[in-house]
Amino acid sequence: MTTHDISAQRAHQTLWDLSAPGRSGIRLPESDVPKQPMPDASLLREDLRLPEVSELDVVRHYTRLAQKNFSVDTNFYPLGSCTMKYNPKINDMVASQPGFSGIHPLQPEETVQGALELMYRLQRDLQAITGMPAGSLAPLAGAHGELAGVLMIKAYHEANGEPDRKVMLIPDSAHGTNPASASMGGFEVVTLPSDSNGSLDLAAVEAAANDRLAGLMITIPNTLGLFNPNIARICEIVHGAGGLVYGDGANMNALLGRARPYDLGFDVVHLNLHKTTSTPHGGGGPGAGPVCVGERLAPYLPSPVVEMVEDAERARYRFATPANSIGTMSAGHGNFGVLVRSYTYLRALGADGLRQASGDAVLNANYLRRKLEHVYRVAVDRTCMHEVVFTGRPQREKGVKALDISKRMIDYGVHPPTMYFPLIVEEALMVEPTETESKETLDAFIEVMIAIAREVEESPELLHEAPHVTPVGRLDEARAARQPDLRWQAP
Amino acid sequence: MTEHPSELRYTIEHEWVRVEGDGNATIGVTFFAQDQLGDVVYIVLPAVGSTLQAGARMGEIESVKSVSDLFVPVSGEVLETNQDVLDHPERVNEDPHGAGWMLRVRMSDPSEVDRLLTNEQYDSAIAS
Repeated sequence: MTTHDISAQRAHQTLWDLSAPGRSGIRLPESDVPKQPMPDASLLREDLRLPEVSELDVVRHYTRLAQKNFSVDTNFYPLGSCTMKYNPKINDMVASQPGFSGIHPLQPEETVQGALELMYRLQRDLQAITGMPAGSLAPLAGAHGELAGVLMIKAYHEANGEPDRKVMLIPDSAHGTNPASASMGGFEVVTLPSDSNGSLDLAAVEAAANDRLAGLMITIPNTLGLFNPNIARICEIVHGAGGLVYGDGANMNALLGRARPYDLGFDVVHLNLHKTTSTPHGGGGPGAGPVCVGERLAPYLPSPVVEMVEDAERARYRFATPANSIGTMSAGHGNFGVLVRSYTYLRALGADGLRQASGDAVLNANYLRRKLEHVYRVAVDRTCMHEVVFTGRPQREKGVKALDISKRMIDYGVHPPTMYFPLIVEEALMVEPTETESKETLDAFIEVMIAIAREVEESPELLHEAPHVTPVGRLDEARAARQPDLRWQAP
Repeated sequence: MTEHPSELRYTIEHEWVRVEGDGNATIGVTFFAQDQLGDVVYIVLPAVGSTLQAGARMGEIESVKSVSDLFVPVSGEVLETNQDVLDHPERVNEDPHGAGWMLRVRMSDPSEVDRLLTNEQYDSAIAS
């Protein structure tokens, strides 16, 4: 007797493959509403093709797809720079409350006071975390926050009669979004080198400090996961030349409750709430990228901000537009669902919990660094912060690329790290374990990485052909980019 | 054993230049560059007829890993761009110093070539 797994066979089928003429999920009764003429009959399509499937077909199809999903709820996800920490379910429970999920951005303010109070409190908490006196929740994601930041810097210089301050300094280790945002804001990007410690070169900042300087965009800790011990001095130099300092808060998970960007000298910082405060992200969203600013940029904050007005009886909340606001960043009031989850996270952990989160994130990254440094070379051999960047250069000399190592990790049930970034590290493997992983998980990951390093020596073909256990094996990324086939087409 | 032929001159930004018999310069990116970039998927080159100063940004090259700027090693007027490499960026990986060439330039100052790196100088620069 032979058997074959019909679910495996169906795993590759689309709803079109399952379609059978006349099949449907539910049967609707004949409409008892008289037919009306269409204002424009050409809007009606006769040839709209949809798959004809039963409800059960649809449920099984999507459940199967969901089971193939790789997520932080199923597996370890050390994707560097993305802070794939666990997203506590209480965040979703709170965001699902009808008072939050069932409201509309155009409702009168007096009917959504609870939602406004939450936004006000979140704004205030983020100001406490960054040390900044003002903030706005309007930007929808990290790079959107960057854009808000550079537009505020531009508005500031223009208001001060210095529109010729056009140069934005950006370290060579920066996220690619930094130069992109500066460029969108109309600035000229000047790339500054890193020193041998992997930090922005102090002398290069001094050399670039002149009356054309608009500002500096810097990530702290940087994309190598390293804290810049000169950061306060760097901010002084930029300020001395009349520039402002933009802090990319993408790596704020390393600083929560430990250091405040305002105290370091930053004028503006964005926060990636989806990362630092644990809201589901991946595949591009959804995000929230609030900006917090010092006194000089407060008048330029994007609209809206939420204000509290104290009545005789109780506090009321309302949307407001700062005096010289750069304007609105989007329709509505930001990604509200993300804001609710973020506030829930902050309140669930409290100040002590946040401080422990950043401490554990740094501890976990350094644990991996010390356990793996004899196998994979550490890019810059220093105590790291929340993430550690290895270089697969020794493995590359044996013909195995960082890409091969990453693909092989999938076979072991681990999400690959961020590869080939930062650009200043050859064969970069950027690992961010986050604070929510147990020692047992970290130890299992260490075993996987050591096993893969052994395979590099003994059976490199296993890596060249990986992954082996996924429904689809090694993809031809080059062909996908050269001849993109972006849309499924009906047979 | 170098992958970088001695008849070409090089820049630290990984472009090469070949001076042709007619005195014009052919420009591309090096074997080392394409090896570091990985599979090249997209190339942007300057318009034919444009005039570029040595060291200026002349275009960009995108691989499965990253996007990088291209810099023109010598000053002059762009006579021709390689349509084949624009249509088939994989030529850069297959034959970086041959079929993967990018543009031909009428040099305004041929002495600039003498200031570029020899293959030995380039090899020692990328080894460090």
